[in-house]
Amino acid sequence: MTTATDIHTLLQTMADEIRQQLGDKKPLLVGIHTGGIWVAKALSELLGADFFDAPLGTLNIAYYRDDFTRIGMHPQVAPSDLPFHVDDRHLLLVDDVLHSGRTVRAALNELFDYGRPASVTLAVLIEREEGHELPIHADITGQSISLSADQQIKLSNNDGLQLEIISSGSHE
Amino acid sequence: MTNNQLTENGQLRHFLTIEGLKRPLLTEIMDRAEQFSSISHQQVKKVPLLRGKTIVNLFFENSTRTRTTFELAAKRLSADVMNLNISTSATSKGESLLDTLHNLESMHSDMFVVRHNQSGAAEFIAQHVAPHVSVINAGDGCHAHPTQAMLDMFTIRRHKHHFPDLRVAIVGDILHSRVARSQIQALAILGVGEIRVIGPKTLLPTDCQSLGVHVYHDMQEGLQDVDVVIMLRLQHERMQGALLPSAREYYKSYGLTQEKLSFAKPDAIVMHPGPINRGVEIASTVADGPQSVILEQVTHGIAVRMAVMSMTLGSQSEQEGQA
Repeated sequence: MTTATDIHTLLQTMADEIRQQLGDKKPLLVGIHTGGIWVAKALSELLGADFFDAPLGTLNIAYYRDDFTRIGMHPQVAPSDLPFHVDDRHLLLVDDVLHSGRTVRAALNELFDYGRPASVTLAVLIEREEGHELPIHADITGQSISLSADQQIKLSNNDGLQLEIISSGSHE
Repeated sequence: MTNNQLTENGQLRHFLTIEGLKRPLLTEIMDRAEQFSSISHQQVKKVPLLRGKTIVNLFFENSTRTRTTFELAAKRLSADVMNLNISTSATSKGESLLDTLHNLESMHSDMFVVRHNQSGAAEFIAQHVAPHVSVINAGDGCHAHPTQAMLDMFTIRRHKHHFPDLRVAIVGDILHSRVARSQIQALAILGVGEIRVIGPKTLLPTDCQSLGVHVYHDMQEGLQDVDVVIMLRLQHERMQGALLPSAREYYKSYGLTQEKLSFAKPDAIVMHPGPINRGVEIASTVADGPQSVILEQVTHGIAVRMAVMSMTLGSQSEQEGQA
């Protein structure tokens, strides 16, 4: 699937687009655990230390999910940490994959419990063309791809970012 | 019998006692509490996790701190909370308790937080509730007070990190203290290096050694080189039972003064589950002093109770999800 160099190209495309859309807004960067944080860090490196007005903020949306009554507590990841005030600021929210839109819905709810941002721009490495369940679309996308419902796309981070497509129906 | 509180997968279904729980579960409670404490940095100090759940604080015995922190914990998780203070004096336990319970169940409650002056009350209720209801023990008689013990462990971990290196002393009326019993169990499960209890013979249980603790009757010996000093409240009602000569006498021997605290390590922390009796078991200079973490314990109580509430109700969802 997508190789390391390809991911770098996708990230560069995103970084260019971010500079164009938010370049004059002194934005703040927020990544969603866990993949979104990897993508956010990579973007931050490409855009340079001064582009964002504060260190990377991280969101653990576990307590804002909509499936607690169905599946209970999720495994633990590090707690949310926003080292800045969001009031009246332009936020860049980053995730790895946009599919149903439920994760982003949860992240937006959580962000608004920290205050009232001036705007939120959504950037994702991969946007799946099918399977949206909410009226949520990315403003900035590395790549849009079409996959069947039994396929999953997963970002991993061992010696650099890698994308992998997993088919639940495949027999290898 | 105690592990009625776990589901088949080893998740918490009720939280009745520390006894019989394993170290990873206690660690999970503390880790989740750590995450919940970050919510206090939000403008809106609330997460929607338990939205639509109904939690009943069922207090058959007075309490301010425990009830309000349970209430606050539930509210920060967005649950709806009802507080019922029921005087036990008029009711004979058995049937009337069950009647109360079934009435509350009919209101579609999801959780009972129970405090009762009878040992075993929370467990009794847990045995009789509908399958979708979780029960949390907020103190039963002289038996257990597991959320207090966990918030104490959380407080110790925040200051001292590595349990096996620690020497912890619990001072006072161990015999009648559900807090001490739960603390000793939790400290042992977490592998604390040495657990000491200090108090007059009349206030220590006779089977102390079998709990794996070292017994001292003298503060100077007992506090030597400890990292954590946990003071217990001297319950005035015990005075009448001829267990103690007088409050003044007790303070002289076992009251924690700056002078006695100096036998402990210089960086030792001082804890107390509250309410404190100044000048009875602890001097004001110590309670308000730099080594005291007593008010931190109260703050930590909220996060720890949020962790326990969400874990117990979460395990319920898991079961439903699988069914």
